[in-house]
Amino acid sequence: MVELLQETTTKGHQYEEETCLGQETQAMDIRLNSELFTLTYGALVTQLCKDYENDEEVNKQLDKMGYNIGVRLIEDFLARSSIGRCQDFRETADVISKVAFKMYLGITPSVTNWSPAGDELSLILESNPLVDFVELPDNHSSLVYSNLLCGVLRGALEMVQMAVDVKFAQDTLRGDNVTEIRMKFIKRIEENLPAGDE
Amino acid sequence: MADDVLFEFLHMEMVSHIYKDQASRGEMEKDRATCVSTLEGMGFRVGQGLIERFTKDSPSFKDDLDVMKFICKDFWINVFRKQIDNLRTNHQGTYVLQDNKFALLTQFSNGKQYLEEAPKYLAYSCGLVRGALSNLGMDCVVTAEVSLMPSCESLLSSSSSSFIIYHHTTPNITDTTEMF
Repeated sequence: MVELLQETTTKGHQYEEETCLGQETQAMDIRLNSELFTLTYGALVTQLCKDYENDEEVNKQLDKMGYNIGVRLIEDFLARSSIGRCQDFRETADVISKVAFKMYLGITPSVTNWSPAGDELSLILESNPLVDFVELPDNHSSLVYSNLLCGVLRGALEMVQMAVDVKFAQDTLRGDNVTEIRMKFIKRIEENLPAGDE
Repeated sequence: MADDVLFEFLHMEMVSHIYKDQASRGEMEKDRATCVSTLEGMGFRVGQGLIERFTKDSPSFKDDLDVMKFICKDFWINVFRKQIDNLRTNHQGTYVLQDNKFALLTQFSNGKQYLEEAPKYLAYSCGLVRGALSNLGMDCVVTAEVSLMPSCESLLSSSSSSFIIYHHTTPNITDTTEMF
């Protein structure tokens, strides 16, 4: 049970100081921090599965949440990478796979399967950090576990005036060999109304 | 390898979603308490898993204080990238962990304006700590207090985040794998 209190509850108690924490920071294995993100995401998906009856609804919620994260993440990305404006969709795809994915997830998906018109592409992820420790049970066969990523890409690109459609074409959790994200450029967004949260 | 900021964004969105969801379902009576419980429960499960991965090669702890020091140093550094600033105890099962610049509250504006919102953002972390302690053999209640952003209220007048841990019973330190 947890009670979050506004007032101090520690009045009247005598506490001794334990000052032996010291100032030295030990060389921690930073890799374990990524597990915090992976495990948190797992807890989130589990909670959503509990809250919503069917997988489609969970997929939608993940996409929405990803969108809300994406519209904020893009600013963090632009601030940290100081990448200038991309000239075309190909360059955008390159930046996404070589800079953004590398910066946030530590992986570099390959960009392939361009459509003849140059407006649709695939990102092939050899490994997906989100799905470490994850197995899909049989009754959730249509759950797109990593759907948050689609929302993030969609939200982030919308903030740089690109409307895209993003979805998973292949998923290792559902038995495919690789994870494939299919991204389709829809149109350039004119700068008029600011987009809000969904 | 996930960047730290990803967790912060995810956490913010999680809190926002849980509360929006609750509001849209129109269950006014349940309101905040359920949201807090939900978040805390998620944190609990994650904390259990994390501490397992983290301590699988470490020797067992001598006593409760040792466990708390581990939480304050190694665990906190791993999760929030800094140590706890101050640990106090009354040697009777209550510990106060003080964080002057709690990582998940630094995005809030300083001062009193959003003080009411702070507990939402602490629930998950309370769960994390409770889950970690539970797998280390300590059954606890973890609460958090905020007096001034980005820190929580503390006993002394300095502003900080306090995580207050009430350890109820003498722990039976069993093999953590038996917990499941």
